[in-house]
Amino acid sequence: MQSFRLIRPRTAQEAVSAAAQGGAASRFIAGGTTLYDLMKLNIERPGQVIDITGIGELHRIETAGEELRFGALAPMSAVATDAVVSRDHPVLAEALAKAASQQLRNMASVGGNLLQRTRCPYFRNGAGGVYPCNKREPGSGCAAIGGLDRSQAVLGTSEACTAVSPGDWPVALVAVDAGIELLGPNGPRSMPVDALYRLPGETPQHEFTLAPGEMITAITVPRRNAGRLSTYHKIRDRESYAFALASAAVVLELEGDRIAQARVALGGVATRPWRAPAAEQMLAGQRLTPELALAAGHAAFRDARAGHHNAFKLELGARTVADALIIAAERRP
Amino acid sequence: MSRNDDISAKGDPEDRNRASPQGDSTDPLSLNRRATLGIGAAMASSALSVVPLRAQSPQVTALPEGTTAIRTLVNGRPVAVTIDVRTSLLDLLRETLALTGAKKGCDHGQCGACTVHLDGRRVASCLTLAAKADGREVLTIEGLSHGDALHPMQQAFIDHDALQCGYCTPGQIMAAVACVAEGNATSRERIREYMSGSICRCGAYVGIVAAIEDAASRMGRG
Repeated sequence: MQSFRLIRPRTAQEAVSAAAQGGAASRFIAGGTTLYDLMKLNIERPGQVIDITGIGELHRIETAGEELRFGALAPMSAVATDAVVSRDHPVLAEALAKAASQQLRNMASVGGNLLQRTRCPYFRNGAGGVYPCNKREPGSGCAAIGGLDRSQAVLGTSEACTAVSPGDWPVALVAVDAGIELLGPNGPRSMPVDALYRLPGETPQHEFTLAPGEMITAITVPRRNAGRLSTYHKIRDRESYAFALASAAVVLELEGDRIAQARVALGGVATRPWRAPAAEQMLAGQRLTPELALAAGHAAFRDARAGHHNAFKLELGARTVADALIIAAERRP
Repeated sequence: MSRNDDISAKGDPEDRNRASPQGDSTDPLSLNRRATLGIGAAMASSALSVVPLRAQSPQVTALPEGTTAIRTLVNGRPVAVTIDVRTSLLDLLRETLALTGAKKGCDHGQCGACTVHLDGRRVASCLTLAAKADGREVLTIEGLSHGDALHPMQQAFIDHDALQCGYCTPGQIMAAVACVAEGNATSRERIREYMSGSICRCGAYVGIVAAIEDAASRMGRG
């Protein structure tokens, strides 16, 4: 790990000013569960690290208004167990509770988690490793394509990269049309969480749409979009503490016995948090049956492309969506 | 929380910097000779003195490049130390403070062997920058017992044979104490879920879950 300048601002404005002065080598650190990990692997090599955890204003969790508002530094464990979130918004609470371990959820922040980088083993093989990676070293090639690709994505892939977007929380947030508030050198702005993520295309090293020096300050969720008829269903190689092979965030709005609107997003199978409009359209206006749920699951994977060892994700993913729809519907009082 | 004052931060401060007596550049904790001397001086003057914990992080201008000064409370004892900014909390505990209870397993937050409490919450100390402990309280396995009287969780691990090789045990116990305090030891299923971040390569899980159930009842929760 190369050395760095450590800065510990007390306000968001100070943090952003420090980032502007530090230039491209500057990185914000919150929990550090991704950044410090990748620094140990020499994949991240910041010259300046701005520890933002001392910024009190960014820790707040607000659940009283028409939208839920989570300060970017609120720990994942705190939001997961917030009384209102866990009672009224299961898709959010479950996505957090099924991520990582309690140790890591105590460290990781809800804002930082949006910027978690891929667990692709070829990416993590590290600087100086024998495997090329376009995300780590642009233009070097992709060892996962044609390699051991069991964990790789089947949606949103390119000739340059098939690395899976690893998060659970971002998938739930995309499903509920959440937003983020940002602060940068040009002041504050906001945008949908969905707009934070890029497809890999020919530039897989660029995963996010944040402008240089910009930091996430809060996450906002329209309360009505994340109701009780919701779930985050996650399938893993083991029962707990593992990344998703396939996951689905589902929120249902019912009118009588019919679905007025379904929101569906996928994790563990795509290069970014993946909304599934084809599945949502198939469900709208229909009565939910196991057959329809499975058909919607398959619709979500219509454009999927499998590699050598990950074709199982198409069927596993479809069934994960189907099960999630049934679980959410059964939460009807 | 109980404290044990018989550990840590005693003796010649230079001893605690023993990781890099020659400034070996391959050692992740190493500093050059000048920096090492500077740290020695800083520690000699402040390591054993009681310092206000909630003081704002000082912008100390005289520190060698690549170092930072932190003040923290480790198992109830004040510690003031200047460290390489890259240092993990785990390395600070083990290499600088000679608290070797927390173990280095994977060093990437995947195994739980390094689990300690930071301001009362369990964390992976290997993925925590030591600088983040500034102004905060650290509790390690060494600070869990009341003198010779073991914490109920420690006793329960013995009673239920909740270990074989023992390498993961300090991390397991610190995670388990937190698991009970969080209210997550209410059933075997919940214990398993909330202890999943602590891996036991010997597979002593049956004993671990039994120990936590037992200790939870003695600790008045769960």
